Amino acid sequence: MPKINLSHFEAAFLFALFTSVVMGITSKKTDNDRLRYGAYCFGCFIFFLFGIGWLMKIGHG
Amino acid sequence: MAVQSQTAAPGNSGKEETVPISVWIGPVIAAWLIPGGGHFLLKRTGRGILIFASVTLMFLFGMFMRGMMFTPESGDILTTLINYGGFVCDMATGALYFAAAMFGYSAPDMPGAGHDYGTKFLVTAGLLNILAMVDTFEIASGKKN
Repeated sequence: MPKINLSHFEAAFLFALFTSVVMGITSKKTDNDRLRYGAYCFGCFIFFLFGIGWLMKIGHG
Repeated sequence: MAVQSQTAAPGNSGKEETVPISVWIGPVIAAWLIPGGGHFLLKRTGRGILIFASVTLMFLFGMFMRGMMFTPESGDILTTLINYGGFVCDMATGALYFAAAMFGYSAPDMPGAGHDYGTKFLVTAGLLNILAMVDTFEIASGKKN
């Protein structure tokens, strides 16, 4: 079985992508709403990924 | 098998009826065994493909990162909660979990970001499949299109 080593960003990006797709599909009732909600979730994941990343960098000095 | 209770829950106004188990049990079990299987069974092919791809890829990435599969172990309350909760989430991926177990996949709990991400990917794949199962139930019972 292959072994892969992903960076923090790559792993978090994939996590955000897969989770957003399923959350978008299962949460809303129309295709348009699903697409919007999936994109919103993905945007939030990425925003907080960078936000918390910077916060940790600043916090550590 | 068919438990056909048509009575409303006590305390309700009597408008909401329970759906017979025979209506949703098949699609929900299919959704558990094969991610997106319930949606395929209910003719929601596009959504089924997306769920199948997302859950399966997440599970495979988790394995390729050598994530740990939880086993039911008891100990203090936190250890029990984490191990049993993780085990249930791993099991929620259905056939993927059984195939991995059958082919002898077992990665030890090792320190390192990659392994840790892998463990989280495996658990989250199960949680996403639970979301898909709930969605399947809602579609089968007519609460959602």
